[in-house]
Amino acid sequence: MYSKGLVPLGWATAVTLTAAMALVFFYAPLDADQGFVQKIFYVHVPMAIVALGGFIAGGVFAIRHLRSGDRSWDMRSYVAIHVSIILGCGVLVTGAIWAKASWGHWWVWDEPVLVSFLVVFLLYCVYYPLRFSIEDPDRQARYSSVFAITAGAFVPLNFIAVRLAEAYTHPRVLSQTGGSLPGDMRLTFLVALAGMALLFVTLWKLELTAKHASMQLKRLRNRARVAA
Amino acid sequence: MPALPLDEAGKYVAGAYVVFLALILVYVAIIGSKIARIGREIAELATEEDE
Amino acid sequence: MIGAARAILRKDVQIELRTKESVPAMTLFTLTVYVLFHFGLDRDTLAGALASGVLWVTLLLAAVIGVSRLFAAEREQGGVDGLLLAPVDRTALFVAKAAALFLFLCAVELVAVPAFTLLLLGPGLGAAFPELLAILALGNLGIAALGALVAAIAAETRARELIVPLLLLPLLVPLLIACAQATEPLLRQDGGPEDLARWLGLLTLYDVVFVLLSVAVFDFLLED
Repeated sequence: MYSKGLVPLGWATAVTLTAAMALVFFYAPLDADQGFVQKIFYVHVPMAIVALGGFIAGGVFAIRHLRSGDRSWDMRSYVAIHVSIILGCGVLVTGAIWAKASWGHWWVWDEPVLVSFLVVFLLYCVYYPLRFSIEDPDRQARYSSVFAITAGAFVPLNFIAVRLAEAYTHPRVLSQTGGSLPGDMRLTFLVALAGMALLFVTLWKLELTAKHASMQLKRLRNRARVAA
Repeated sequence: MPALPLDEAGKYVAGAYVVFLALILVYVAIIGSKIARIGREIAELATEEDE
Repeated sequence: MIGAARAILRKDVQIELRTKESVPAMTLFTLTVYVLFHFGLDRDTLAGALASGVLWVTLLLAAVIGVSRLFAAEREQGGVDGLLLAPVDRTALFVAKAAALFLFLCAVELVAVPAFTLLLLGPGLGAAFPELLAILALGNLGIAALGALVAAIAAETRARELIVPLLLLPLLVPLLIACAQATEPLLRQDGGPEDLARWLGLLTLYDVVFVLLSVAVFDFLLED
């Protein structure tokens, strides 16, 4: 069910990401302030945006699960959050590398996106212990969905709050993550963002395929045992 | 924020992209091997049923 | 629904008044943490941002204790199942638990805030008192709503004492930001409220979102 279209999707992802990297290194101009280091921005920020989108998607799937009682929605929610957490690790690591290269420290509190991301990441890490400490599968799915909805609503609120706070302690002179990007940088950024989004969907479908197959295997094993 | 000279900056940028690619490749490899293993076990079960 | 909520709330308050388990412990905890901060920061008096931070972080940590115990009475007497067998609206249960937590927090703050002023605060509170009350009220509301929700989520898991702080504290970060930023100018030497509307506005948005969300989602918890 989920593996339909997986191969062409994978190819689309690979092509888009390769195109993005080519644009980054051969087309996008060098940033006046940060120089070559700014190139990290094209992998760090799209990953962050897609990961946050994935968390919110996890919340939306959870709402559908609670409304319909259909547990396949909970599976979609779980996998979306799972892939987002993995991308989230990438966000934090590339963010730290960027911070070290730009400001000389492995962590800075200046960037509200990075800081709010850290809080979101810490919150979603609790998803696993919560989920796997509940044994009954029906209850596990329900409580996980409640968490996913609560955390999904939290993401935008947290971002607003952190941004407001940082405006006070660290007034931002140059906004890297939005605002006015010159045309060639914007194109590169958008292609990178598209590639990252495709990557998310590919990984999500891939993981769902694996889960589905593993459930099929379990069902077949049970049937074989009963028949024996 | 002074711009780092190219040779120094290059290490960091390369590091960031390597981390990103490594993350994808490792994850895909893990899932891929999981799917392959499940496929094998399903095939085994099918042959067991035939016997 | 209101009648059921009031009944559950009355029961919880009576239990607390009789057993005195949560509120004294939370209050004592805040006083102890103030002492810890005195030694940890090596300061006799605090002002401004530092004072605001210490006050609010301590209150949040005390709230975690209260939240862990919010469904304790039901758990210990097998009461949750009893409540669920009766035709009680889940919304009523949420309102009652959140109201109980709100009252407990107010009770704790009745002691904790004056104690803070005595022990650690350099400049006096004085004229900034009504503003502080407003911040505390809105803050308590948010903590109460989220606390009741997290308590219910964690109520049935095995690792309850671990899940509650790990879940609750990140969720309270926006509330902490708003409360700490709003309180900071009040605790400065010759301070007065600054940008209070902005932070109270954020707090109100936060409270509204999470009260509505908790009410919507509570029906799916504690169900059997």
